[in-house]
Amino acid sequence: MGAKILEKRIIREPDVYYYRLEAPLISRKAKPGQFVILRLHDKGERIPLSLADINPKDGTISLVVMAVGKTTAEMAGLKVGEQIQDLCGPLGLPTHIENAGRVVLVGGGFGAAPLYPMAKAFRDAGNYVTAVIGARSADLLIYEKELSETCNRVIVATDDGSKGVKGLVTSSLEQEIKENGAGLVVAVGPAPMMKAVCNTTKPFGVKTVVSLNAIMVDGTGMCGGCRVRVGGKTRFVCADGPEFDGHEVDWDCLMNRQKMYTGREKESFEAWKNRHKGLAEEGAAK
Amino acid sequence: MPERPAEERALDFGEVALGYTLELARAEAARCIQCKNRPCVSGCPVGVPIPDFIRHIKEGEIQKALEVIKTANLLPAVCGRVCPQESQCEKVCTLSKKFGAVAIGRLERFAADYMAENPAAAEKAAEVKKTGKSVAIVGSGPAGLACAYDLARHGHQVKIYEALHAPGGVLFYGIPEFRLPKKIVASEIEKLKQVGVEITTNAVIGKLFSVDDLLAEHDACFICTGAGLPRFMEIEGEDLNGVYSANEFLTRVNLMRAYDFPEYDTPVETGLKIAVVGGGNVAMDAARTALRLARRASRERGLPSPKVYLVYRRSEDELPARKEEVHHAKDEGVIFETCSNPVRLIGENGRVRAVECVRMSVCEPDPLAEAPAVDASGRKKFRPIANSEYRIEADTVIMSIGTGANPLVPMDTPGLELNAKGYILAKDASGQTSRKGVYAGGDIVTGSATVISAMGAGRQAARAIDEYLKNKK
Repeated sequence: MGAKILEKRIIREPDVYYYRLEAPLISRKAKPGQFVILRLHDKGERIPLSLADINPKDGTISLVVMAVGKTTAEMAGLKVGEQIQDLCGPLGLPTHIENAGRVVLVGGGFGAAPLYPMAKAFRDAGNYVTAVIGARSADLLIYEKELSETCNRVIVATDDGSKGVKGLVTSSLEQEIKENGAGLVVAVGPAPMMKAVCNTTKPFGVKTVVSLNAIMVDGTGMCGGCRVRVGGKTRFVCADGPEFDGHEVDWDCLMNRQKMYTGREKESFEAWKNRHKGLAEEGAAK
Repeated sequence: MPERPAEERALDFGEVALGYTLELARAEAARCIQCKNRPCVSGCPVGVPIPDFIRHIKEGEIQKALEVIKTANLLPAVCGRVCPQESQCEKVCTLSKKFGAVAIGRLERFAADYMAENPAAAEKAAEVKKTGKSVAIVGSGPAGLACAYDLARHGHQVKIYEALHAPGGVLFYGIPEFRLPKKIVASEIEKLKQVGVEITTNAVIGKLFSVDDLLAEHDACFICTGAGLPRFMEIEGEDLNGVYSANEFLTRVNLMRAYDFPEYDTPVETGLKIAVVGGGNVAMDAARTALRLARRASRERGLPSPKVYLVYRRSEDELPARKEEVHHAKDEGVIFETCSNPVRLIGENGRVRAVECVRMSVCEPDPLAEAPAVDASGRKKFRPIANSEYRIEADTVIMSIGTGANPLVPMDTPGLELNAKGYILAKDASGQTSRKGVYAGGDIVTGSATVISAMGAGRQAARAIDEYLKNKK
């Protein structure tokens, strides 16, 4: 099963894209916190991507993807109406939605996008939902508007103070917990940011759920490539996760495993860019 | 059977065993004495009428031979290559003790390959009367393919749901090209499509559809999802980069074609020193695959020749892999470290650098003890020798110590009874589960077994499902 791209737009210059895909069957089953795996063509790799929106009514799902490597850059080259050859999902376990009173969602970088469907679900469950989103500067923020529509409150933090509070999301989070308390914190973003969030919430004893991003092949528990140590046990991000108790996650293990193919990924991306450049020049010469 | 020389084949992924010519096949078939008691037939898990097809080969009637095989085995090109004949049909061959068994597996393979290369006047597909009933099959490995074939022949509409982007299951992602060329798997799947079987890929049952969703669309369901959950040793250092499960390593190479990186996007790392832990067929596949990748890399970059170790805790006699695979691996240069067990993996900057092993010795039977020194599987017990730790340098470690039941389908199927290990409970050989209209077979019922036994389970389930559908209003 593949999927047609119905909508594609750049939501943050120069490389963060929003895609809306025609995926009626997946949209019917998908829940916040789950992910899909896609493969662009016969020679493509399988990459996991978090769901940024689920819309069973019009049979679509949305993804927010930063073009950082070969596959994501290639994906950015696809046009509306074109097909993603293979789309598999929904995968992983959904976010456990409960009424925890006050829920604080923390998003770093484009991790803010998957918070959007979670925010809706937590709100529907009767929570007071606060989102804390951060970026280096105002122009790098995404999903502020979307989250403002679904959350009770959105706190913005930028490193340079160009918008909202100056500083890291963790300072805003700490202040929020001190002032209003929190029944549950959910963090999505780069591993160092999620680790920092866990260090922030630990002294308060606030349950903190994190959504881990690991290298995967099949996404169904068959290869074990996404394994990470949680609470001293080997867990598979694809089948047991992607969400875990952040205070139990072995962050060094996760961050090391994410680097497994850094060299190869660069090699593949460079080879593609060279080929791409060659083709563009050829085209220009003609 | 002719084989490509070890030094040549260990550089590529071309098939190792070349197969018989017509002359060689007829000569081998002539060795069969057509004995009365036919022990080979009872030795075959699916009861192929072996002497009958061999007689046809001897007479040069290859098409007839293939027809005879297909009455019992729908995947002869596959089974002729990967069945452990030496512990089944050939083991009990009347000739085996004195003269060496007839090469039944090779003859089976020959019949299939010969007819694929010299197709007879287009096989006329008999018009099958459609029953109007439909069956969902979960998984497209050997059990699923065989079950689909038989159900289609009975006139049922069949739809196979496959989780990955390509069908074939372990035949595709697990068994390497040099042992089972992918084009053979592809041609079997093509034949299924020709008889009207539909295959939906990227469909994970337990996620995209539940078994109950399938039962709402179909009249019955056959679950054959295999035993795909890799086990790890749970020793220090297993999370280091460079440590793979055999499943991941083989999937990257076979399904994702990492051997063609960066032409194909998926990478795999081998380095030049590789340790494979385990002694089964999958361990042999992983070792021989790693050896090929590493040899090619070292040749291309002018590096020293690679070393591939196979670390197994018991002695060579206990290796569960097929003798032929062990022999191929040794010929190609895999170094067997038997009576050795890893105790921890040692890393440097997050990457594995060495395996610390301990030497093992067989437990001598204690003349005073009643209990024999064998484990539940009947194999001799081994124990670590104190202070015998040593290190094997390794840039890559591949854990091939077995697999468990994948929980995705069971977790999502209320009322489906499982055994203590998480495998699906079948009432009998029909594969009937605790849920009405739901059957299961292959590794998800038995735990890791063979292609032929999975295929046999698929066929038995097809018979039972056909019966069930006949009586279903």
